[in-house]
Amino acid sequence: MFVMKLHGKPGQRHRSRSAGLLAAGAAAALVLAACSSSGSSASSGSGSSTTPITIGVSVSLSGDFSGDGLATKQGYETWAAFQNAHGGILGRKIVLDFLSDGSSPTQVITNYQKLITVNHVNFVVGPYSTLLTKPASAIANRYGYVMIEGIGGGPSVFSQGLKNVFDVSASAAFQLITFAKWLASTHQPEDIAYASMTDPFLQPMLDGARSYLTAHGFKSVVYKLYPLETTDYTPIASAIAASKAPVVVLGTMPPDGYAFVQDLIQDKFSPKVLIEASGPDQGAAFVKAVGASNTGGIMVPNTWYPGSTYYQNAQMVALYLKMFGGTADNISADVAEAFSTGQVLTQAVDHNKSTSNSALESYLHSDVTFSSVQGPVKFLADGENGAATPFVFQWQKGTLQDVLPAGVAKPVPIMAAKPAWGAGG
Amino acid sequence: MLVLQAIIDGILVGGFYALMAGGLTLVFGVMDIVNFAQGILVVLGAYLSYALYSHLNIDPFLSLLITIPVMFVVGIAVYWTMIKPIKQDRVIMSLLVMFAVGTVAEGILDLIFSSNLVEIHTSYVNSSVRLGSLVFPAIYLYAFAMSVVLLGGVYYLLYRTRFGRSLRASMQNPTAARLVGINTDWVSAFTLGIGVGLAAAGGMVFGLTNSFDAASSYDLISRLLAIVIFGGFGSLSGALIASIVMLVIQDLVAVVWSPTWGQTTFYLVLVLVLLLRPQGLLGRKAVRAQ
Repeated sequence: MFVMKLHGKPGQRHRSRSAGLLAAGAAAALVLAACSSSGSSASSGSGSSTTPITIGVSVSLSGDFSGDGLATKQGYETWAAFQNAHGGILGRKIVLDFLSDGSSPTQVITNYQKLITVNHVNFVVGPYSTLLTKPASAIANRYGYVMIEGIGGGPSVFSQGLKNVFDVSASAAFQLITFAKWLASTHQPEDIAYASMTDPFLQPMLDGARSYLTAHGFKSVVYKLYPLETTDYTPIASAIAASKAPVVVLGTMPPDGYAFVQDLIQDKFSPKVLIEASGPDQGAAFVKAVGASNTGGIMVPNTWYPGSTYYQNAQMVALYLKMFGGTADNISADVAEAFSTGQVLTQAVDHNKSTSNSALESYLHSDVTFSSVQGPVKFLADGENGAATPFVFQWQKGTLQDVLPAGVAKPVPIMAAKPAWGAGG
Repeated sequence: MLVLQAIIDGILVGGFYALMAGGLTLVFGVMDIVNFAQGILVVLGAYLSYALYSHLNIDPFLSLLITIPVMFVVGIAVYWTMIKPIKQDRVIMSLLVMFAVGTVAEGILDLIFSSNLVEIHTSYVNSSVRLGSLVFPAIYLYAFAMSVVLLGGVYYLLYRTRFGRSLRASMQNPTAARLVGINTDWVSAFTLGIGVGLAAAGGMVFGLTNSFDAASSYDLISRLLAIVIFGGFGSLSGALIASIVMLVIQDLVAVVWSPTWGQTTFYLVLVLVLLLRPQGLLGRKAVRAQ
C-alpha cells in the first residue's frame, strides 16, 4: 500500500506564536540594526566569474522544527550539488552559508541580519515554516534582499505587504486549487458543504477552494469552523448530512478526518465527492480508523511526491538518495520545497545575468513562469505562487492513487463519484 | 429537525462524558482531591480496550470486565503508594502528585504506543438506528445505556449500601467518621479505585468514538473539570446533568450558529451559573443533605 509522505500536520508546519513574541523579535532586530556598523545594501552586479555565489539560509537544526529543518537543509544542499554539477549559477560555484536558528523567530532575525550585513551573501532563501519566514522576509526586505522561499505558505507571510517575498510552493489558499479546478470543469454547479478546523493553514486552504468554486457557481450550503480542541463532530456531520450536499470539502487533520468519515457513515450520508485536507493520506492508519470498505473515492491533496514527473524531479530524487541514502518514499516534501526554491533562483539569476537583488525582484514580479520539481511557478503580486498545481490523490481499491492533475506523472483515472459507504472501490 | 438531532446527540454524548467526569467528582467529594490525572486515566482506559481488541480480539464492551478491575486496582495502588504517605498539606500536595501521575502515565503510554493516533474500530462503530430523519448512532446508544447502568450502580453503592454510608460519612466529616470507627483510608482508596474504574469505561467509549493518543488527555481534562465545576464538586448527579447540558449547548450552537462558539457559549453559561450559585448546580452542600 502506498503511503503518502506528507510533511507533518499543516498546523505544525505553519505554526504561529503570539504577536508579543514577534514584536519582541522585531524590537530586537531594530536594536541590532541600529547597532550594526555594516553599511549594508543588497548585493549587486555580476561579480567575478571565479568568485562563488554565496546564498545565506537560516535552518532549524534544533527545537520544534529540527526534523523539518534538517530536511530543508538537505533540500538546499541537494539543489546546490545538482546545480554545481551543471555549471552553478552564471558559471559560478554555489556556496551555501547555513546558520541554525533553533526554531526561534528571534534567532532567525539575528541570523539573516548576520548573513546580510556581516557575511555579505549574494542572496538569501527562506527558512522552515511560516513562523520563521515572516520575520525573516521582513529583515531581507529592510536590506533590499529578495527572499525566495518554499516552506512559508501561511497567509500571514503574504499579508505583510512585502514585495520581496516569493513562495515557490502552493500556499495555503492554493492547496485545494487542483481539486477545485477539476470539480468546476467536470461538474455542473452544485451544493457544497464545507467544514474546517480553525487552523492558520487549514482554514485558508478551505477558503481558497470555496472562493474559487463560489466564483464558478457552486453554492456553499454548509460552512462550519470548529476549534482545535473539538472532540465531538456529530453536530457538524449532522448538519452536513442534513444539507444533502453532493460535494463535501473538509479542512481536517487526521483525528477529525477519521471522525468525520465515521460520523457521516452513522448518518447514512455518502456524498458523491469527498476531499479532506489531511487524514486520508495516513495510509494504513486511515484504513484502520474508517474501515477498508469505506475508503473508496475519498480524496486528499498533496504538493509533491517522489514519482512526480515535474521538472528535474527524477534527478533530484536520485541525487538526494545518493547524498543522503534512504528510500524515495521517505524523502520529505521539505526537500522538494527547498530544491524548488533553488531552481527558481537559478532560472531568474541566469536570465538576469546579474546578482542584483533589485533586478531579481523585478524579474520575479514580471509574470514569468518558472519550472520546479513541484510544478509551474508564477508569482502573484503578494508573492504567492498563482500557478501552483498541487496533486490530488484518491483511494481506489485499497490504494491511494495519484489522480490529478492529468498529464503529470502517470495518474490513474479519477473516480468521479465516490462509491457508497461499505462498497469498497 | 436538525435542532432536535443536536439535542439527541448532546444527550447521548453527554451520557458518556458523565461517566468520565463521575470519577473525578466522586474523588473530589470524598478526598478533596482534584484528580488532574483523570484525563490520562481515561486515555489509559482507551488504550487498554484498544490493546485487548487489537491483540486478543476482545470486544471493547466485554473488555470492561478486565479493564475496570485493573483500573480499580491501579486507583487503589495510587492511593496507598502516593496519596496516603503525604503527611502535610495533603490537599495541595495530592494535586501535584496526581499531576505527576498523569505526566508519568502519558510518558509511558507514548513509549508503549508511540504518538501515532489509534482508534478502536469495531463492526458496530459505524452503525446507527434511524427514526424518521433522526439518527441514533449505535455506539452512543450503547454507551449511554452503559453510563446509566454504571452510574446507577455507583449511585446504589453510595446510597443503598453500608460502604456508601461510610463513604458519605467520610465526605461530610472525615474526623467524625474516623471517630465512629470508619476506616477512612480504605474508603478513600476504594473511592479512587471506583473513580479510576469509571475512567476505564469512559475511556473505552472515547476510544470507540475518537482517534486518540496520549496527548488527547489535555482536551479531556479541561472539559471534565468544567463539567464537574458546573455540576458541583462531589455531585454524581450534578456531573450527569452538567455533561448533558454542556454537550447539548455545544451541539445546538454548532448547528444553529457555529461550532467555534459552542464551547464559548457553554463557558459563558458556566460563569453565569457560578455567579448565581458558586457551588455549582448540585454542589457539595446539596450532596451532603441527601
